[in-house]
Parts: sequence; C-alpha cells; structure tokens
Amino acid sequence: MSKRKKIPQQPMPERPARERIKDFDEVPLGYTVEMARLEASRCLQCKEPKCREGCPVEIDIPAFIKEITEGDFAAAARILKEANCLPAICGRVCPQEDQCEAACILKNRGEPVAIGYLERFAADWEREKGNISVAKKALSKGKKVAVVGSGPAGLACAGDLAKMGYEVTIFEALHEPGGVLVYGIPEFRLPKAIVAAEVEYLKRLGVEIRPNWIIGKTATVDELLEEFDAVFLGTGAGLPHFLGIPGENLAGVYSANEYLTRSNLMKAYLFPKYDTPIVRSKRAAVIGGGNVALDAARTALRLGAKVTLVYRRSRKEMPAREEEIRHGEEEGIEFIFLAAPVEMLGDEKGQVRALRSVRMKLGEPDESGRRRPIPIPDSQFKIEADTVIVAIGSRPHPLVPQTTSGLKIGEEGTIVVDEKTGATSKEGVFAGGDIVTGAATVIEAMGAARRAAKAIDEYLSKK
Amino acid sequence: MNEIIKKEEIASGIFRLEVKSPVIAEKRRPGQFVVLRISETGERIPLTIVDSDSRAGSISLIFQAVGKTTQALALLEEGDAILDLAGPLGKPTKLAHFGRVVAVGGGLGLAPLYPIAKALKEQGNSIVSIIGARTQELLVLVDEMRAISDELHIATDDGSLGHHGFVTEVLAELLKNNEKFDLAVAIGPAPMMKAASQITKPYDLRTIVSLNSIMVDGTGMCGGCRVEVAGETKFTCVDGPEFDGHQVNFDLLIQRLNLYRNQETEAKERHSEASCKISPESKK
Ligand SMILES: Cc1cc2nc3c(=O)[nH]c(=O)nc-3n(C[C@H](O)[C@H](O)[C@H](O)COP(=O)(O)OP(=O)(O)OC[C@H]3O[C@@H](n4cnc5c(N)ncnc54)[C@H](O)[C@@H]3O)c2cc1C
Ligand SMILES: Cc1cc2nc3c(=O)[nH]c(=O)nc-3n(C[C@H](O)[C@H](O)[C@H](O)COP(=O)(O)OP(=O)(O)OC[C@H]3O[C@@H](n4cnc5c(N)ncnc54)[C@H](O)[C@@H]3O)c2cc1C
Ligand code: SF4
Ligand code: SF4
Ligand code: FES
Repeated sequence: MSKRKKIPQQPMPERPARERIKDFDEVPLGYTVEMARLEASRCLQCKEPKCREGCPVEIDIPAFIKEITEGDFAAAARILKEANCLPAICGRVCPQEDQCEAACILKNRGEPVAIGYLERFAADWEREKGNISVAKKALSKGKKVAVVGSGPAGLACAGDLAKMGYEVTIFEALHEPGGVLVYGIPEFRLPKAIVAAEVEYLKRLGVEIRPNWIIGKTATVDELLEEFDAVFLGTGAGLPHFLGIPGENLAGVYSANEYLTRSNLMKAYLFPKYDTPIVRSKRAAVIGGGNVALDAARTALRLGAKVTLVYRRSRKEMPAREEEIRHGEEEGIEFIFLAAPVEMLGDEKGQVRALRSVRMKLGEPDESGRRRPIPIPDSQFKIEADTVIVAIGSRPHPLVPQTTSGLKIGEEGTIVVDEKTGATSKEGVFAGGDIVTGAATVIEAMGAARRAAKAIDEYLSKK
Repeated sequence: MNEIIKKEEIASGIFRLEVKSPVIAEKRRPGQFVVLRISETGERIPLTIVDSDSRAGSISLIFQAVGKTTQALALLEEGDAILDLAGPLGKPTKLAHFGRVVAVGGGLGLAPLYPIAKALKEQGNSIVSIIGARTQELLVLVDEMRAISDELHIATDDGSLGHHGFVTEVLAELLKNNEKFDLAVAIGPAPMMKAASQITKPYDLRTIVSLNSIMVDGTGMCGGCRVEVAGETKFTCVDGPEFDGHQVNFDLLIQRLNLYRNQETEAKERHSEASCKISPESKK
C-alpha cells in the first residue's frame, strides 16, 4: 500500500508541439504495456469504487483495471465492452477529469488513476491485435427497428438492439456514419480509423447502414413506422448558433461546424488531393471556449494560420477539457480571455479582415453557476483576422421535430422524453443523445441510447 | 443504386443525366435539389432536380461542366453510378394559381426554372417565358420551355438567336409596354437575378429567385450556404433555395460565391483531362 502511493500517475506520451502542428496525426501516443500495467497497479481496488459512480455508463472500473495489472488485456477489453461499446473513443474524448477520475478516491490524495488512458489502452490493444470478438447475438426476434442518425447515440442503440436479436437499420443524412465523431472531432484527437472500426463491428453484428437518407425529407418518421416496429431518434444538436452581430455573413466567416466538416468529413486539409476547399488563412480568430472552439482553433493552426481564441469569461470557466486547453497553449494559440466580439469588419470585396471586440469583467454567478460576463465601457479593440470561426454552441436539428406528427418538443427545440426509457410522446418512437439534452457528451449520448435500447426491447416484447 | 440510365450532351458542354433513384423520384417536388458526391475524394455539390419519372424511378439533372466536380461528372457514362446522392432537399416551390406569371431564365438557371414554370402551368397559370444564354449553342430546354409557355421570348448575349442582349432587357421592355404580371420567377447567375429583381421592384411585381449559394451538407448543419434576406440570416438549403428577390442581399451572395475561386481553379487544373472550353456564366 505505502509503496503504491509513491508511484506517480504515468504521464501520457505526446508528440512535441512543434512537430505535431505540422500534421493531423494523433497527439497522445498511448501507454506502452509497461506504463499501462504500472498505472493500473496504482488502483486501490476499492470495495465501494467511487469512480464507477462518476461514469455515466457505470463501467466496472476496478475490474477492468485489475485485468490490466495482471496482463490480461483481452479480458479488460471485454469488461469495458459490457458497459461501453465505444471504449477506444471514450478513452480519448470523455471529460474524465469531471467524471470517473473526478470521483476516484486517489484524487483526494493527489492524482487519480488515469482511468481514461487505461480504457484507451485496453481498447487499442484489442483493436490492434485485430481479433475483436463479435458478441454473441440472441436469436432473431423477427422485428425491425429504425435508428435515425449514426452519432454515438445511434451507434450505441443499434449495437445493443442487434445483439438482442432485432433487425436494425440506421438512416444517416450524411454520406458517412459517425455523426460528430466523423464530421466534428478532428483526426488529431480521434483518428477516423477507430470510428470506422466501430462501424465495421456494427455491420458484422448485422446492422444495415443507409447513408444519404435525410429523415424528414427522403422519408418521414411516420413513414418509417409503417415499415419498422420502433424508431430511435439520435439526430444530435447539429444546428450552429451564430452571434447575430454585424458582418457575420462576410466571406471568410465560418461556423465551427462548417469549418470542421470541411476539414474532417470532407478532408479539406488534404486539398487538393481531396476536392473540397478550405481557406488557408494567415490569421484566424476563433470565438468560444468549448471543445468545439479548441478543435476549430487547433485545426486552423494546422492549416497554417496564426490563431487567436476569444472567450468571454476567464480560463477557469472554459468548458473545454483541461487537456485540450493545455494542448492549445502548447501549440501556440493565443488566448484572449474576458472579451466578446461586437462586430466583424470586412474589406471592399466583402472579405472579413478584423474582429472588433469589447473587454469583459465577471459579475455575479448566473443560472449555470458561472460568473456572468459584463462588458466594460469604452474598451473596444480590434483583432486582425482573415478567417473568423464562430464556435458558440449548437441547437437540436429541427428537421425531424418539424416533420413528425405528435412529437412533443421542448423549449430549446429538444425532443421531450421519459428520462428512464427515452420514450417520446409518440408511440413506438424513442430518442436519446444531443437531440434530447442539447449539446452534451459522447458518453452521455451513449448512456441514454443504451437505456432506450432496453426500453425498446421491453416495448417490443409486450407488443 | 444511383445508376445513370441515360446521358445526353444537350448543348455544348451541358449534360442531362437520368439517374435511377426511385425514392427521390417519388418524393421530390418542384423547386427541390439533390446533393451528390461522385468519388471518395470528391466534394458534395447541389444540383436541381429538373424532372422526375416515377414510373422509371428516375430523376433528371442538368449541369454545365464548369469546374472539377461537374467535369468529373461529365465523364461518367450510362451504367456508371453516382457514389452518393441525397435528397430531395430544400423547400418545394409554393404553388398556387397566381394568374399571369413571367418566368425569366438565364444560362443554367433554366435547369431550376423549368420544373417551377412547369408546375405553375399545371396550376392553371399562364406562363410568359424569357429564356436566354450567352450564345445559341449554350441555350438549353428550349422545347421543354416552349411546351409549357403561352408566350416565349429568347435572348442571347451575342445575338445568335432572338433578342441581342440580356433576358433582363426583354423583361424591362415587357413591363414598360404595360404588360401585366401577377408573379415573376427569375433564375440564373446571381447578377442576373439581382438585375431582374431591380427591374420588377418599381412595378411592385413579386419576384421569386432561387439562390445558388455554396453548400457543404445541404441539410442545415453548417451554415455555409447562409444568405441575407430582409436583413435576416437564412440558410439557403433549408429555408430556400427560393426567396423574395426584392429582399435578398445579392451583393453579399456574390461575395460569398467568390470565396474559393483561387482554390477551385487549382483543383480544376489538376482534374482537367476533360477539355472544357466553357467558363462559368458571368453576366453583368
Ligand atoms: C467539435 C466537437 C467536439 C466535441 N468534443 C467532445 C469531447 O471531446 N468529448 C465529448 O464527450 N463530447 C464532445 N463533443 C460532443 C459530442 O460529440 C456529442 O455530444 C455527441 O456526438 C452526441 O451524439 P449524438 O449521437 O446525440 O449526435 P451526433 O453525434 O450529432 O450525431 C447525430 C447524427 O444524426 C444525423 N442526422 C441529423 N439529422 C438527421 C436526419 N434528419 N436524418 C438522418 N440523420 C440525421 C447527423 O448527420 C449525425 O450523423 C464534441 C462535439 C463537437 C461538435
Ligand atoms: C440549390 C442549387 C441548385 C443548383 N442547381 C444546379 C443545376 O441544376 N445545374 C448546374 O449546373 N448547377 C447547379 N447549381 C450550381 C452547382 O452546384 C455548381 O455549379 C457546382 O457546385 C460547381 O461545381 P464544380 O466543382 O464543377 O465547379 P467549381 O470548381 O466548384 O466552380 C466552378 C466555377 O463556378 C463557380 N461556382 C461554384 N459554386 C457555385 C455555385 N453554387 N453557383 C454558381 N457558381 C458557382 C465558382 O466560383 C467557379 O468559378 C446549383 C446550386 C445550388 C445551390
Ligand atoms: S466511459 Fe468515460 S467516464 Fe466512463 S470510465 Fe470511461 S472515460 Fe471514465
Ligand atoms: S476509485 Fe480510484 S482507486 Fe478506487 S477503484 Fe476506482 S479507480 Fe481504483
Ligand atoms: S449547406 Fe450546410 S447549412 Fe446549408
């Protein structure tokens, strides 16, 4: 025990900033076998593991870590998969510092067990060994379920239902499955080969994927219900917010969604090998303070720009993951805190040239518990920029809510569900993920989707 | 899926494709478009659904080989398939009996104009068409437009056919001669739609235009297609593509259309084995 405490948390090996900003390859390199076993040995194997309560899908954390300590990585991966069908992804993008690791008992005494890094290690080990076992499927139930959207919610729901013996078809609006995992989160944070492997796994489970199907246009939910016994909606929160300030429609002003979609989904960073263009700017200004803003900023940096990130509160309030903020700092992004844009200025050709902002100070806490920013009079200043990327959040996509009869919609445009089951106000229709909660996290979307899969099974068993 | 069942060069460098897609053929309404991608490295481009044949389960697309994607599309043959085809997208045209409608189409704008004019004719409207192109060889859909028009005017920039000049000049002339219309539909290059809207404004003639903003997803997810209409930001792919021409900020649209010009030239040069002498429409 005393010996254990002396082992410090094993740092994640990372590529040096100067090297990694030249390409889109992944930044953290992953633990070696030795590092993983050493880190795993730090776990106290608590009888009442607090870490589990911090994980939205309640992975049996001590159990999988124990297998790593003992060198049975396949067993570790199996335990992970029982609760989380996308461990290689969650090990990389989960806000662990706020979830499982925040609850780890060792945190009080210093550094928590690096649960996320270990999860990534076990999942990568299994994938790289190439012998991912396909879960045993239950006997066919002879019933069909349609899943709308192929983000983490749709993938998780489809996987569970396929294993239970349902015939599952995923309808995806874009040409490639994965949702935010393929169009939003950049390659240097989540290699697309990992997402492709997960999608391949679902196909092996017998899930059919139909890309280029826009539900609400190509077919409506009501039409799906004629062919399918139940429908799960996982259409996400993909509608970008804009600021509504003058000059926002100038050429060179992007939503983060557009900028990241061009670069990630359409691979514009490989232009002209890929056909989709993206502006190679000299100076980019990014507005926002979440993961999306940092992803956009670090993408712009890799496309050759000098990047300034403008956020209206201070570093402490930034919703982005600590690790990502640190990566951004190391890579040379300039952060301007306590500033909010008021206008975008263009040249005679309508191309954006600068961002005018006002300085802010923090007042009393607002509903979110964070201190509310207040503009300081006469404090305007200009940031030169030939590209401006707006990353201030997104809303649920309205297409399915608008075209489905009898679906109860909340104030923010979210679909209203029973939290325990994901059941909507429409019979046979369930929903989960960002379309229900508004923009949240990968693991929460998956957790909700898996609860819905269970509820769909119960619903169809009674039907 | 998405097989090209017929391909025709209907004018110099302008092609018409019949593409098998029973679902889109059944669902589409006039005014809607598809987004397509033809290779793993390709970009997504929007094209209007010009017509559909629900019995054959096919849609027709008309395009001019102007840049990298449309040139590559022109190289596909009957029997080949389009890798990705998504639709129908955009709001359908609001159809009603308005009375007398003037339909103005310039260049490739005739592709989106024809299905709208045809549907308006089917609603019992009388249609006065003014169609044009830079030169006679680039004029498309003449027979189709004639078949649905009560009156047809033709204009070419070089005078090779019909009026020597722009379609908008013919429109101005008709209005000056006290011809009465209940609705105008004007579709073509942005500068042409801008001119047409300016001409109809003093007559208080409601004018529908169909905007051709640059798009990525076409489903309302990126905001790349945003335009300003009556001072408000709209997404062309979900709020449009049709808008009230008197309310559209055309200068902004034109500025945004120019954003990728340099890179498009670069990509096109790399791609152009296909010889293409036609440069994109640019009318003043
Ligand atoms: C840039 C970025 C970075 C992020 N970083 C992190 C992170 O580090 N960690 C983290 O936990 N979370 C992160 N998130 C949030 C996380 O990605 C989302 O919470 C999660 O993806 C939500 O999953 P979902 O399945 O509900 O929706 P999505 O992933 O949005 O998937 C929805 C899918 O539905 C499709 N769709 C939409 N409408 C239709 C329709 N009408 N018909 C058919 N298909 C449709 C969409 O095309 C999409 O593929 C990030 C988000 C972004 C944008
Ligand atoms: C709703 C909608 C419907 C459309 N319907 C049709 C149609 O039926 N037939 C057709 O031929 N075209 C149509 N277009 C335009 C078509 O999408 C573009 O011509 C196409 O994207 C060009 O791709 P490219 O790679 O071949 O050319 P690029 O290399 O991308 O561009 C070639 C030239 O065209 C200009 N250009 C690029 N995009 C557009 C655009 N969206 N509109 C106008 N000029 C552009 C460029 O600035 C460049 O000078 C439509 C556009 C929209 C938004
Ligand atoms: S899924 Fe996320 S929260 Fe759960 S253990 Fe893994 S990293 Fe932690
Ligand atoms: S709380 Fe920490 S130490 Fe205890 S079991 Fe969980 S990871 Fe191990
Ligand atoms: S093309 Fe992306 S929102 Fe319209």
